[in-house]
Amino acid sequence: MAILEGEGVTKYFGGLVAVSDVDFHVDQGEIVGLIGPNGAGKTTLFGLISAALVPKPGLIRFKGENITGLKPHQICRKGLARTFQSVKIFPNMPVISNVALGVHFGTPERVTSAQAVEEAARLLEFVGLSAMAAIPAKDLTLVNQKLLEVARALATKPEVLLLDEIMAGLNSTEIAQAMELVSKIRAQGITIFMIEHVMKAIMSVCDRIMVLHHGKKIAEGTPQEIATSETVIKVYLGE
Amino acid sequence: MNKLTLTSKNFLILRIILLVGLIILVTLPFYAAIYTTIFLSTIFMYIVLTSSWAMFSGPTAQISLATAAFFGVGIYIAATLGTIMPLLVVVLIGGLVSAALALFVGGLTLRLKGIYFTIFTFGLLELMKNLLLWFEIKFTGTRGRFVVVVDYNTVYFIMLAILVLTLLTAYLIRQSKYGLALQSIGEQEEAAEHIGINVTLVKVFTFAISAFFIGAAGTIMATRWTYVDPYIAFNMNFSFTPVLMAIFGGIGPLFGPVLGAIIFAYLEEILITQFPYYYMLLFGMVMVVSVLYLPNGLIGLIQKWRARATGGEHGNS
Repeated sequence: MAILEGEGVTKYFGGLVAVSDVDFHVDQGEIVGLIGPNGAGKTTLFGLISAALVPKPGLIRFKGENITGLKPHQICRKGLARTFQSVKIFPNMPVISNVALGVHFGTPERVTSAQAVEEAARLLEFVGLSAMAAIPAKDLTLVNQKLLEVARALATKPEVLLLDEIMAGLNSTEIAQAMELVSKIRAQGITIFMIEHVMKAIMSVCDRIMVLHHGKKIAEGTPQEIATSETVIKVYLGE
Repeated sequence: MNKLTLTSKNFLILRIILLVGLIILVTLPFYAAIYTTIFLSTIFMYIVLTSSWAMFSGPTAQISLATAAFFGVGIYIAATLGTIMPLLVVVLIGGLVSAALALFVGGLTLRLKGIYFTIFTFGLLELMKNLLLWFEIKFTGTRGRFVVVVDYNTVYFIMLAILVLTLLTAYLIRQSKYGLALQSIGEQEEAAEHIGINVTLVKVFTFAISAFFIGAAGTIMATRWTYVDPYIAFNMNFSFTPVLMAIFGGIGPLFGPVLGAIIFAYLEEILITQFPYYYMLLFGMVMVVSVLYLPNGLIGLIQKWRARATGGEHGNS
């Protein structure tokens, strides 16, 4: 069953079409990859899903409910969390407070600050940042800042997690760890929709892949189908 | 563990100091000179204005210049209701009307960022002033009003009560998750929205709470002036001075604005009485020096010294 779906999702920036009439769906428990050359509209599509931007025209449904036009904090509380391609942490706050904020505000439930800190500590351990809990988030390496964003997004107890290029700039060991992390997140029952440029990672971890090019969906299928698709190869390598 | 017991011990000492200070302040009018009582009321007012301003503008880094507008609303409430209602009720209404105004304009304008928000809040002040001027000339046929006079001890006690409530509120907001949320909004507003924080609501409510104390302070201070008109009530100095005081003391920590307001108000009093001709010049120089050499205000300087004295790497911020 589709937990997240979009119909005719379109977004113009002035006269430029960033996302054009895209239909998509993500099923419960899936890991879906979103790939495409630079400027294809991948991050814009994530912005539209997470309500940072509003599709015009277009419709986005989450768990069967139309969520188009809701505010970002409402989307988050419904169970749809995201990370950012260009990291957006709270730089001067301790790492653990970054995550604790997600616990406090990401769900409609009320928690005490002790519970929030405890949950934040658990999540930091989950992503492997326990040792850095007390230092200001700006002092983390870029890789760790990305992991922090994942922990902060998980703190909001999402059912669907949008990961925007968490592996960019990682070395091969770190990519392997990140792939393991993605599988661990899925094992908790969280559906994942991810943008990635690291082909090795996306091919091995995803159940299904969507390809965007110039804002249009040009292909969709299993990793094998995408890897052998002539349209996709053309887009990536030229004619 | 060691660190934890140390901080709770510090906390106890701080509480005792605060309690003793409060007792001294409450009993002061019974033995101090009239001048001291009046001067302290003024200092209290500045602390309330500065701390209230810092409550919102500190963590969110959205500089508001609406302080004088809320203050002026309080003054006019005192002028219009002062004769027909008990003083405490008037003070309460002054605060509530200011808060209502903050809710209204905050809802409209807190989407504005940076300099646009600042200019708007400054515009609000001018708008309120000119609207009242127009109203008075057109409908009441007067310019200005008399305010009911209250004895200076009553002013002192009410101002002190407002001060205690302001600091207590500022402290509680800081300790709560909303304080953390406000800070996150100041640091990365977009991310704050995406982790479930209702950014507009948190900002508008904090803005309104800060306006409540500013309005209440305006209401009680008005009783000292006997006569007010829109130019006196909506004086832009009450917008700029709290910002300068907060910068001077240090915006971040709770006691930064308090320290800034005390020293600044004292300095102003000394300079204006000792050097009436050079007052503004000297004042300006102090300001320039503090901005240049004290980026985190006086509190920042104190923390730096303490950190050096204890050999710690990070100051307690």
